[in-house]
Amino acid sequence: MNNVVELQSVDKVYRGVIDTQVLFGINLSFEEGSFNSIIGESGSGKSTLLNIIGTLDKPTRGEVFIDGNRTNGLSRGKLAELRNRTTGFVFQFHYLLPEFTARENVLMPSVISRKEPAELVADRADELFEMLGISTVKNNLATKMSGGEQQRTAIARALINNPRIVLADEPTGNLDSENTTTIYKRFRQINERYRTTFIIITHDRRIAEETDRIVEIKDGRIVVDIKK
Amino acid sequence: MLSFRIAVRFLRSGRTQTLLIVTGIAVAVSIQVFVGLLIGSLQKSLVDRTIGNSPHITISSATDIATMRDWEKLVDRIEQLGNTKAVSASASANAFVRNGETDLPVLVRGFDFENADRIYNIRSSIYEGRPYQSQREVLVGRDLREELELDISDKLGVLLPNGAVNTFTISGSYDLGVSSINKSWVMANLKTTQGLFGFGGRITSIEIAVDEVFEADMIAYEIQQLLNDKSIRIENWKELNEELLSGLDGQRISSTVIQAVIILSVVIAIASVLAVSVLQKSRQIGILKAMGIKDRTASLIFIYQGFLIGLAGSILGIALGLGLLYAFNIFTANPEGTALIDLYIDYSFVLRSWFIVLLASILAGVIPARKSLQLNPIDVIREG
Repeated sequence: MNNVVELQSVDKVYRGVIDTQVLFGINLSFEEGSFNSIIGESGSGKSTLLNIIGTLDKPTRGEVFIDGNRTNGLSRGKLAELRNRTTGFVFQFHYLLPEFTARENVLMPSVISRKEPAELVADRADELFEMLGISTVKNNLATKMSGGEQQRTAIARALINNPRIVLADEPTGNLDSENTTTIYKRFRQINERYRTTFIIITHDRRIAEETDRIVEIKDGRIVVDIKK
Repeated sequence: MLSFRIAVRFLRSGRTQTLLIVTGIAVAVSIQVFVGLLIGSLQKSLVDRTIGNSPHITISSATDIATMRDWEKLVDRIEQLGNTKAVSASASANAFVRNGETDLPVLVRGFDFENADRIYNIRSSIYEGRPYQSQREVLVGRDLREELELDISDKLGVLLPNGAVNTFTISGSYDLGVSSINKSWVMANLKTTQGLFGFGGRITSIEIAVDEVFEADMIAYEIQQLLNDKSIRIENWKELNEELLSGLDGQRISSTVIQAVIILSVVIAIASVLAVSVLQKSRQIGILKAMGIKDRTASLIFIYQGFLIGLAGSILGIALGLGLLYAFNIFTANPEGTALIDLYIDYSFVLRSWFIVLLASILAGVIPARKSLQLNPIDVIREG
């Protein structure tokens, strides 16, 4: 199996009055099409790790490979392109653009990349709306939806460019248990249907138990790495 | 045009803010247009009044002999320059007209009617009778005619300094709007005055009108170079009206200062609103960057916002400014209903102002655009 994400000896130090090291020599890789979770207590460095995988943040030392591309030394523009092409993000907060409708929000990553014909993307968007059960609100402004609908719209947006990797940081942190169950079911479906690699951050062990691999971070170091 | 679409949405979502800034720009631009056009109209009507019905360049003899010979060649050469509107030769001299017991001094001006008409607009100022045709006919001004109490077709005796009296028929009466001229000029054929004063074929001056009145000094210089003749003197209206010109300059400078201040305030207003917008929209920009939007595209959003605000504000402002100008014209009209100032809408000025405001508003977007470059998606996401 190909590694779609690979981290080699990654350190992360936040510079300030007092330097704070949050990651220590992380060696970690994720296989293509795998369904993974990263768990750890708050402040353990798991979100920083996810942001580094997503090229939103840079490691202080070490190397990061995404889909075979070495990200060290890539310009901001190239990184943006790489993110757009390979990675879908789902955060605890939906971060939809309030000025746009749900549909426009979902289409945004494809509008940015301008790689695929509009009809094709539109069809895929409809498919995603259907699958995530939000077809009825797709023309609502992002602000005119329930929390669950907003988060599902954010998920559709993360998937619109057929990314190789979906990075989810506490994606159901703000949702009730019913919505939570539905969303993880959908993640699984997408993972199986499109062979999309999922890396999900959670502090909820029950959710982590449902994934194929659990990586536990403590004080910036990997302490547990279990594959089922 | 993703950045353009996002810019439009951002502006629409902050409707009140957008409306306020657009109104602000519109008010500023309207003042600029109003003041600029008003001062322009004032200047034009002032210049028109001063030199509209008079020669812009006058050529006369610089020697003791007041007359010039071989003038036909001079006229030809000046006309060949191509930058004159009318060139008129004139033979004029002082005389008196009889009025009962007293003699009134007059200036008998002889010129070809058609040529002189292009400088003085005589035809349209004849309010009674017709232009002179034969060599025995003259035109007299309104004031002189009223003083002499003469009618059209009446005889007018012209007394020469040597005591000879010549009698002419009044063919018509003019009103050039300047009472000193109306009172003293008796107009006649060139041949008439040449004969009357014994000039032979000579003349006393060549009068020239040009299209570009403010270039009269340069054209005069050109004529000087062309003729290169020390025996003639060339004068242009600008050297004779220095006070007026310095007054016009003063107006022009104050108008420019007003406009510069307005442009500056437009830039500051747009820049400050957009600076706030960058802060307000930093979350959106951050998330767009996380989704892969390039820094350049993201910063273009603010350039477009500046441009759109400037576009809407300036169009509205120009309309408002023109409206103000017309309203001003109506409310300041004289009791008879004539306008205080003849409005002259200088469209090139309006277009230029529009262009400058647009340019300024794009420029105003640059500062926030640069600020947006520094926005890092991670900062937005980490803050939550």
